[in-house]
Amino acid sequence: MKILTLFSLFATYSSGNSINIEENVGQFFSSGHTNNWAVLVCTSRFWFNYRHVANTLSVYRSVKRLGIPDSHIVLMLADDMACNHRNPKPATVFSHKNMELNVYGDDVEVDYRGYEVTVENFLRVLTGRLPPSTPRSKRLLSDDRSNILIYLTGHGGNGFLKFQDSEEISNVELADAFEQMWQKRRYNELLFIIDTCQGASMYERFYSPNLMALASSQVGEDSLSHQPDLAIGVHLMDRYTFYLLEFLEDIHPASKSNMNDLFKVCPKSQCVSTPGHRTDLFLRDPGSVLITDFFGSVRKIEITMETINLTDPIQQVELSPVNEELQIEKYSYADQLPVSEIIHQRVHTFVLNLDTEQKVIGNIQQQMSLCRFHVEPTFTNEHLFLLIPPFERVLGIQNTPSVLGCIPL
Amino acid sequence: MGLLSDPNRRRALISLLTRLNAPICVVCYMAGVAWFMGLAFEPFTLRTYMSENAMGSTMVEERFPAGERALATGREFAAHKKKAGGMPVDWLVKTMQSHGLEVFTQRFSRTLPFPDENKERYMVKGTNVYGILRAPRASRTEALVLSAPCTPGDNNNQAVGLLLGLAQYFRSQVFWAKDIIFLVNEHDLIGMQAWLEGYHHTNTTGMDWSPLQGRGGSIQAALSLELSSDVITSLDLVLEGLNGQLPNLDLVNLFYAFCQKIGVLCTTQGKLQRNDWDSVSGYSHAVQTMMLMVMKQASGRSWGDHGLFLRYHIEAATIKGINSFRQYKTDITTIGRLMEGMYRKLNNLLERLHQSYFFYLMPSLSHFVSIGYYMPAFGLLAVILLLRALDLWVQLTAPPPRTEDGVVDPEQMSSPGVLSVLTPLVISHLTGVALYTLPIRFQEMAVEHFPVSETEAVVLTAIAVYTAGLALPHNTNRLLSGGGTEQGWKVLKLVAVLYLAVLLGCTALINFSLGFILAITLVPVAAFVTPHVPKFLSAFVMIVLSPACTLLFSVFFFQELQEMPISFLDGWMLYLSVISQGILDHCLYGSLVYPLIALLVYPCWLIFWNILFWK
Repeated sequence: MKILTLFSLFATYSSGNSINIEENVGQFFSSGHTNNWAVLVCTSRFWFNYRHVANTLSVYRSVKRLGIPDSHIVLMLADDMACNHRNPKPATVFSHKNMELNVYGDDVEVDYRGYEVTVENFLRVLTGRLPPSTPRSKRLLSDDRSNILIYLTGHGGNGFLKFQDSEEISNVELADAFEQMWQKRRYNELLFIIDTCQGASMYERFYSPNLMALASSQVGEDSLSHQPDLAIGVHLMDRYTFYLLEFLEDIHPASKSNMNDLFKVCPKSQCVSTPGHRTDLFLRDPGSVLITDFFGSVRKIEITMETINLTDPIQQVELSPVNEELQIEKYSYADQLPVSEIIHQRVHTFVLNLDTEQKVIGNIQQQMSLCRFHVEPTFTNEHLFLLIPPFERVLGIQNTPSVLGCIPL
Repeated sequence: MGLLSDPNRRRALISLLTRLNAPICVVCYMAGVAWFMGLAFEPFTLRTYMSENAMGSTMVEERFPAGERALATGREFAAHKKKAGGMPVDWLVKTMQSHGLEVFTQRFSRTLPFPDENKERYMVKGTNVYGILRAPRASRTEALVLSAPCTPGDNNNQAVGLLLGLAQYFRSQVFWAKDIIFLVNEHDLIGMQAWLEGYHHTNTTGMDWSPLQGRGGSIQAALSLELSSDVITSLDLVLEGLNGQLPNLDLVNLFYAFCQKIGVLCTTQGKLQRNDWDSVSGYSHAVQTMMLMVMKQASGRSWGDHGLFLRYHIEAATIKGINSFRQYKTDITTIGRLMEGMYRKLNNLLERLHQSYFFYLMPSLSHFVSIGYYMPAFGLLAVILLLRALDLWVQLTAPPPRTEDGVVDPEQMSSPGVLSVLTPLVISHLTGVALYTLPIRFQEMAVEHFPVSETEAVVLTAIAVYTAGLALPHNTNRLLSGGGTEQGWKVLKLVAVLYLAVLLGCTALINFSLGFILAITLVPVAAFVTPHVPKFLSAFVMIVLSPACTLLFSVFFFQELQEMPISFLDGWMLYLSVISQGILDHCLYGSLVYPLIALLVYPCWLIFWNILFWK
């Protein structure tokens, strides 16, 4: 009881003292992500589906321009339009008529091409269940601090998306894949954009937290293509992605546009279909989510002249062999909190070590590493939220009474 | 109990059938004919639409510029053709090579079974010249064909000129995914047959040709061009191929789409489309167009050079340029653009055209009737035959009427001998075989004895054999031991009716027009002929409805439809030439109309003639 009051006094004191740094720290962690990934998929083949490849390549181009490197982009194109025999301008894929914009460029890196773009490969990329021989460029090596952008385009219908003229992925499968990703902590936040006919049906079944979804048309509507090019002889882009590309061309890495602007892209007057979005599973308010949180890879660096106290590095407890044999820990699934609790809790950035009664704030690096530590809920506080990372067993600190918490806001 | 297994109900049904048989037959016949006529009524037809996704809605801007140069090339071709007295092979080879194509030639020769008076040829020797434009980046697995015939005189020079102009223009483009073969064939259909046989390594007609040195992969589509004037007023699309086979409807849709885009007047059967479908004249116009197509399809001839491609599952059509007295003329550059657009669309194909209909009728270029809609017309006629067969069956299996003293008449009880039924069948078919083989085989003997040419000899022999067959029944009856019985003719008629039903059914499936026309004339004959109807009247009616007279009437009807009516004498000469063309088509290209009529339909008709004169 005494400890409680002491610690609460400490908390209020120190919070008042270093409010500036905390604010900065708070801002740094406002989104909670540290790296960005993008999975861009075009699912249709054949020359007359030129526009789907152009769609995907234009999103790829924007994403690369805003900073996500090729190593963090998984680009899946089901057919090769640039080198198709029917392309009058070989090695190009245009998105605007009169050949204004070549989205193919000369540094495209396609990770999955042609017949490799299948439902199975797509799901394996998302869930990470790839054979060990898969090269790194074909893997989605995201972690629980990754914001992932997933963009799908092709031919779809009510509840499914057609892959390559021979198979389909259903919205239930996709929702389950995202749930697998959530349970394996493969994403921090995920933005899902789909540009197909009846695209809204694909995000109807999502149930994992931290998902935001946009679609180009509602159930029962068709997404229309934008403009044909009279020299090439095909439709170059779909309307929704065309206006999305136009919107993204105005975004630069420092821009402060947020998701509400993205929701306004392509109203019915331009798109003919009604774009839709879904944000109920998302924790943060869409107005506070920056476009660059998903489309770019922005590293924020703040230089401070103040000294910041660091804690002693955490002593690593070594696993001592008992009876001359290594105790093999029994693996078990991490404890899960029900989704509703996760969504509705308000949290502070608050780190406390009861053993030492020290406060550890300010060291960004250490805070980050602390975040990975196990949290044993010996102490529940309505303000504390306990996130269990997958690294709990590494440090063998299960039974310490210390309480560490890192909380994304 | 079930309807048919309950004896009471069955008896009631059967009595209904026998009582109402004739009225139902008449009603079905009227309904069949009415259904057929109703097919041309516009609300019952569907608008044509593009079914193939690969040839979708986007169009390219066609940029073919060299119309004038094409005309100049055509004039050069004409001059060289006149100088060479046939196909100017060397000049064509040189020109095609200068355009950058891989050029090859094929020699062929054929001696016709008898001289062809329409085209004045007997021993045909010729050369086909073709140049292959290789796709710049694709592998040589698929090809498209553009052909123009080399005809003697002033015809089709502009077609060859445009072909060469297009070849030069296409050569400078990089987006071709298939090889394009530019073919100039000599002696129209004979040369085309030689080329196709050489290309596909088949030899079905016994022609002599040199093997092809260059090939382009499997052909996806082909267009044949016939253009004889510098400017045109409309483009006509010819669809009917050998044995009444039609190309996929998507090819028609493609042509129509481009006609609308470029703004060229397009027709089918030479008749322009009208908008007033609800007026009588508008409806009759549509009926005329459809009847022209039916007539052309029933003849089994190939009405353009494209007709021979269809047999190899290559969708092909012929585009004819027509220059009539209209004010608005289209120049050759526009036609070149239309061809360019069509070929770019065909270039986008990934597989053979198969999404749209293969069996259809067209009352106009923008409307069509598919097989599901026109088959019931034939079905109603076939039902008549089945009803008749059922009626005969019932009569045959009914217990014989007992005489007064309860003793059954033995004569009526005796089932007819197999011989009495088989004999007419065999003799009729032998006559059919004679009709098939004798005309060609004995033409020399006929020429020796009579002052006629070979062609006339063949035709007149055919007619003679046909007429001789009419005298058969008397001979058949002489062969029979004793007279025929009442049962005998009923069994024979049952067999004949079922035989006719199967025959007409199979024909209608393959060539609906031929099956339907034969059905219209033969089904009444089959339904109502018995030994008991008045002999002379029915004999006259039967002869009028026999296949030969049907052909005669069709010739006159066809000329009427084309708005070129002819006198009786001219019609008769035309009729004779039609018979000779039919026989020639069969020998040269494998058309099946002549064998069908001679070996199957004519014997069937003879069996009914036999029944009429049954004693």
